Amino acid sequence: MSENDKYRIKQLSIFSENRPNRLGAVAKVLKEGKINILGFSIAEGAGYGVIRVLVDKPEIAKDLLIKDGFVVKFTEVLAIQMQDTPGGLFDLTDQMKDINIEYGYGYRNPPYAVLIVRVEDIEQGIRSLLAGGLKLLDNVTFH
Amino acid sequence: MSYWNPVEVMPVPELKALQLKQLKMLVYKLYTFSPFYRQKMKEAGVTPEDIQELDDVRKLPFMTKKDLRDGYPDKLFLASPREVVRYHASSGTTGKPTIVGYTQNDIEAWSESVARGLVSAGVGTDDVLQVCYTYGLFSGGLGLHYGAEKVGAAVVPASTGNTERQIDLVRDLNVTVIAATPSYLLHMGEVAERMGVDICKDTKLRLGILGAEPWSERMRDRIYERLGIKAIDIYGTSELSGPLWCECSEQNGIHVWGDITLVEVLDPKTGEPAQPGEKGELVVTMLLKEALPIVRYRTGDITTVNEEVCACGRTHPRIGRIQGRVDDMIIVRGINVFPSQVEHSLMQHPEVGNEFQIVVDRKGALDTLLVKVELRPEAFGDRLFELDAIKDRLTHKLRDSLNVGVNVEIVEPGSLPRFEGKAKRVVDKRVY
Repeated sequence: MSENDKYRIKQLSIFSENRPNRLGAVAKVLKEGKINILGFSIAEGAGYGVIRVLVDKPEIAKDLLIKDGFVVKFTEVLAIQMQDTPGGLFDLTDQMKDINIEYGYGYRNPPYAVLIVRVEDIEQGIRSLLAGGLKLLDNVTFH
Repeated sequence: MSYWNPVEVMPVPELKALQLKQLKMLVYKLYTFSPFYRQKMKEAGVTPEDIQELDDVRKLPFMTKKDLRDGYPDKLFLASPREVVRYHASSGTTGKPTIVGYTQNDIEAWSESVARGLVSAGVGTDDVLQVCYTYGLFSGGLGLHYGAEKVGAAVVPASTGNTERQIDLVRDLNVTVIAATPSYLLHMGEVAERMGVDICKDTKLRLGILGAEPWSERMRDRIYERLGIKAIDIYGTSELSGPLWCECSEQNGIHVWGDITLVEVLDPKTGEPAQPGEKGELVVTMLLKEALPIVRYRTGDITTVNEEVCACGRTHPRIGRIQGRVDDMIIVRGINVFPSQVEHSLMQHPEVGNEFQIVVDRKGALDTLLVKVELRPEAFGDRLFELDAIKDRLTHKLRDSLNVGVNVEIVEPGSLPRFEGKAKRVVDKRVY
């Protein structure tokens, strides 16, 4: 256990083929399980996609989705806090030059905004982000 | 090398000469005595004089399942009822069953064929062979029984059903060889485990003579790994007598006894002989059958033929594992595609499951081929490029093995249709 482990956030990654209303099916399972969605993105591939979701109760959500026939994996991501003002993202990227980001998505959560990223080496990523003076959100903020 | 009959190692030229002699006699006999064959040959403009070399067999008309069905019950029989000593009947899933009659000589040639196969697979007088094929109108049980008895093995005619008793018999009678469908053998393995019987340790089983349903090399490996049983592929169908030929201990093709049978493997599209190793339809002429003669019978089974002398020394031609049915074949841009080829390719990719669907369509003048496969949950890991890589690998693999352009679609597990009995894997959307 590293003290940095608290910055590792469990994201649900859901495999979805290109069929009408697969997103609706995911949303329905989450609704029925009274799971709240905190962040969300869809990545499109060749005939299929990956739905990535941050939720308040990831373990329960995963079980419910698998029971409904979905292919679901946990992926560890980081949540970086940024200023909700013009230039907020720029200030952050300036500190992230050396980190290899696989993908990211953002959301606004006044008074600040949040950038979710998957980085190639998460331990290394946490250390350099903290060293750069950035604020990472603790996973208790989510779960 | 031990063989049952010296004819098994007869030099190829002599074997071919013998086949030609027998073919000539057969055609002469049928033309003279069989109203059915005489009529067919007249329609095809062939007389016995036209058969001068072995390849002339191709001048003779084909025979199909329909001919046998139309001939119900015994219109095609050449032997008189008093010469017939046995009847078997096919299941007749599509209507009337087909009735096959046997003279004493037919039973003898059939048993001889099975006996040679069993000996080539390593079965002998020291063996105890349990037959788990049905005894009755189905020819599997009695076919194996007569062959095994002929070579002097002790036969346990267990037939089908009551799996726990079957396992008790295997253990208590020191059964060494089991003849069954591969799926039943695996089922026995599972039941044995529940009974606390370890097939490897608690029984003497070493050899399985498996057939009567399509199976694969992977199943062969699985049977060996789980049960320690060397699996031998056996082929036959009731129209030809019943189970007839099997692999030798080399497990490299099914020996077809040329002095009893003449096989052709034909390209289903052109009717021309398939090149050695190329797939085609198995067409069979039984050279000695008396009660129900069979000439150029289209089995509908897809296989390959290999005329090279086997490592075991036997000179007779070998056919490969049955790879599907002609009825399942699809022609895409002029190329024959068999669902079994797709299945075989997919098996080598653990990222996807065994269920698949082939969708054929036409865009403009061009046929398109789409293969849908289900992703295995273990292979999924959030990254899109990993999914794309799986898709690319599958696409290349299928292109290489099918020789035709193909698109692959990766779908969610459980989303493709499942089938209780015979799987229907091809959806042909082309409008002709």
